Amino acid sequence: MIFILLLSFSTVESQNCEYTFSGLVEDFHDKSPIIGATVFIKNQNKYAVTNSEGKFSIPNVCSGNSTIEVSHVACEPQTFELNVSSNIFKIIDLEHHEEELKEIHIKGATGLKTKTAQETLLKTKTLEKFSGGSLGDAIKSISGVSSINTGNNIVKPVINGLNGSRVLISFNNVRLHDQEWGVEHAPNIDVNAAQSISVIKGANALQYGGDAIGGVVIINPTKSSIEKDTLYGKSIISQQTNGRLFSVMTSLNKSYQSGWYVNGQASFKRAGDFEAANYNLTNTGINQKAFTINTGYRKFEKGFEAFYSYLSNEIGILSASHFGNVSDLVTAIESDKPSIIRDFSYDINNPKQDVTHQLLKTNFYKRFKGFGMLSLQYDYQVNHRLEFDRRIGDNANLQAVDLKLKTHSFKTDLKLDSNLDRIYKVGIHGFYENNFSDPITKVRRLIPDYDRFNFGVYSIANFKFDTFMFSGGLRYDVEHINAKKFYQQSRWYNLNYQDDFSDIIIDPDVSGSQLLTNPKFTYHNISASLGLTYNVNRQNTFTVNYGLANRAPNPSELFSDGLHHSAARIELGDLRIKTETSNRFSASYKFNNEKLNLGVETFYNHIKDFIYIEPSGQETTNRGAFPVWSYKQVNAQLFGIDTDIQYEINNNFSVSNKSSLLKGRDLSGNRPLLDIPPFKTTTSLVFKKENWNHFFASIESEFNARQNEYPNNNFNVFLPTLNESVLVDISTPPPAYHLLNFSSGFEFKLSKVHLNVNVFVDNVLNESYRNYLNRLRFFADDLGRNFKIQLKINY
Amino acid sequence: MKHIKTLSVLFILSLTILAACSNDDDPVPVNEEEVITTVTIELTNGTEKVILQSRDLDGDGPNAPEIQGGTLKANTTYSGVITLLNETETPAENITDEVAAEADEHQFFYSAAGIASTFTYTGTNDSNGNPVGINFTVSTEGAGTGVYTVTLRHEPNKSATGVKEGNITNAGGETDVEISFPITVE
Repeated sequence: MIFILLLSFSTVESQNCEYTFSGLVEDFHDKSPIIGATVFIKNQNKYAVTNSEGKFSIPNVCSGNSTIEVSHVACEPQTFELNVSSNIFKIIDLEHHEEELKEIHIKGATGLKTKTAQETLLKTKTLEKFSGGSLGDAIKSISGVSSINTGNNIVKPVINGLNGSRVLISFNNVRLHDQEWGVEHAPNIDVNAAQSISVIKGANALQYGGDAIGGVVIINPTKSSIEKDTLYGKSIISQQTNGRLFSVMTSLNKSYQSGWYVNGQASFKRAGDFEAANYNLTNTGINQKAFTINTGYRKFEKGFEAFYSYLSNEIGILSASHFGNVSDLVTAIESDKPSIIRDFSYDINNPKQDVTHQLLKTNFYKRFKGFGMLSLQYDYQVNHRLEFDRRIGDNANLQAVDLKLKTHSFKTDLKLDSNLDRIYKVGIHGFYENNFSDPITKVRRLIPDYDRFNFGVYSIANFKFDTFMFSGGLRYDVEHINAKKFYQQSRWYNLNYQDDFSDIIIDPDVSGSQLLTNPKFTYHNISASLGLTYNVNRQNTFTVNYGLANRAPNPSELFSDGLHHSAARIELGDLRIKTETSNRFSASYKFNNEKLNLGVETFYNHIKDFIYIEPSGQETTNRGAFPVWSYKQVNAQLFGIDTDIQYEINNNFSVSNKSSLLKGRDLSGNRPLLDIPPFKTTTSLVFKKENWNHFFASIESEFNARQNEYPNNNFNVFLPTLNESVLVDISTPPPAYHLLNFSSGFEFKLSKVHLNVNVFVDNVLNESYRNYLNRLRFFADDLGRNFKIQLKINY
Repeated sequence: MKHIKTLSVLFILSLTILAACSNDDDPVPVNEEEVITTVTIELTNGTEKVILQSRDLDGDGPNAPEIQGGTLKANTTYSGVITLLNETETPAENITDEVAAEADEHQFFYSAAGIASTFTYTGTNDSNGNPVGINFTVSTEGAGTGVYTVTLRHEPNKSATGVKEGNITNAGGETDVEISFPITVE
């Protein structure tokens, strides 16, 4: 200590202390002067405060190296080295509006993505509850979001009644391309990789894509803290009785003051056969492995990122749901138990799915003073989907579907934020995609090989006035699809393609009475959004918005052709299908005070040429009869109300309710739409006691009504074994049901480690129920009672 | 705490295994191997031969099978054998062989409607001593018209009541073949 003192003394002695350090402190973005900023010369203990012009002057500065620290209440402090050998004048750019900057810095990890859309944010704490579950389960906790299931492991999000390629999923700013078109294709996301998830209803997030008629799900992975030397991590271990599920996730972040960072996250989940209230659900296990690695350099002015994510999912499909023909389906519907019930096992047998998704992303950004930020991004994704059916002979273990989808995409975005009340974004996006349907399966392809190209440009403007916030955007996309598809000659004539599409035949006589065609289609899509938020006062906020979206048909809607074994139906796409157009109007009201939070959202969505699949007839083969499901287009409308209320009764008790009501109509046929989720209301009562180690206990009541509005798609089929014609009731929805769920937990602090122990009991009453939007509802009940214990360690 | 961090590093690394990629070419046509285009039942009584056949050359395509029924004599016992073929391949693939090879996972069921007839399994059983039903006999009764139905089930529950005797009611499993042939008994 004395030595250091002596040293500094001797340096000071040798210095010349008659220079003046003066300068100007201004805003990085708009170059406006910053008043009242402190400029501090650390090792000389001299300082000055900027005047009304943002200027300062410090006399009698000594020569040599000094550390200068510039700070202001609303800014991030800045530190730099200065070598003084003469009088110095310096312009210092401070990062003003710290709150706004944080949003840019942490890329919305804590903030919403939009200011004027119907958006809900799920934070880490909520997501952690679903560590052993799926993305679909996690976002279902938002009112207006439901799911369409194939069993309990294949969960597709449904936003305001729309799913599949109408819901865009963005993971770390990369649009997922994962054969999202089929009902039994769950999004390839590990919910553990998310730090926060934003769900935007409707197509109001044009920078992600213009075709998200249903909505956008934005998944933000863990971001390291900025410019700090830290190392921290988290592990969650879950164990549950139902399915004897075990899951573990762990993440670790390391970041440096210099701006470099690296983080990683990995998770493993395994479950065997799940149980309904009264029986085992044979072959419903899951085996999931996932990890992400992220590294890069992040400073306010520039940075880059390299990100890799891997997910592998092996999912068993209820044995009893795999059937041969309509006679089997009739038997299944009439029986109240699945036809195959075996003892518990971790084995996953056929039928099953084996899906691997890999994603590689790199991006780079640079900020320009008084202008804005430019970012460039390239990403590459490979989605490999294998589906295994029950087959015979040498092919017993051969996959029946083998699709590999590779996507290269590139985007450039420019954000002009020199004036934070007038923010503009423009961007150019493009992707090239190749689907390869491997003939190794020895099954005719349900989806053909194709190349797809997309190019899009968009522009968004955000304006902020005193109490108003306005945003508007416009996007144009051109999409081209070039496929090579075999048709059976009999099917080609049956669909009357010989008149309209004879010019696309490239080989009229392929072995097995097939022909090879080369369909090429180009679509031009315009999308637009307009939103207005009015903050009446601190408590009341109104938002209205309008979204126009066009969605080009996806490959399954155009090309599906043949027997879908697992669904025992013949599915037919149609080359004549054109783009669907959605016009969605919505309004929200939010009220917030210390006790009460209230949100009401309503929308009306008119969809012209809505594409959907429905029974259209029957075909007989040597296997028996099969219903034919064809894609068709109608004009449709959707209307809904979602409400969300939270009330703090006192410091210990709070009560909340979430409800959703949705109506969907086929306007062309004047009848209800298929697969519209019924009315649902969830009420929960929470007891909290902070000084009992953050104890909480919550009881939740979930009521799902019966869907009384449904189209009648029942049909008659002749059953040879009974020698009579019977009605196949595939339309009548299951009855209403009510579930009770319980959860409770503690948090302990052990030196630097935080430990949380949480206990959950789902379906406390062990209710047997079936959900209208579960495709396996004809075969088995949904999940019975489940005890789950979760251990979370933050370190 | 240090241990936890070291463990999590190891855990992350241990899952860092990459999958390989394959390349893609022009599409190769696929002729479905498991499709059963032709089901033939040959009924013989001495020198008399009756052929029942269902032929569906486009498999799961829109064209329905062409079904050929038969005329049998009253109060007569015929011995029967069923053959399944995939004729989209040349030479045609005999799928009955695959069924025989996986005998314990398959069983044919025969029934009559509109006319009275009795079916009895003959021939080889599977490794558990349960019937497969490739060979059988059918005994007709009085004159009339009706249908004979043949069903092939994959993974039936052969130990359920009546299944061994050829009653399909409790068999369960998945249907691979289901055809009704029009029959006249004179």
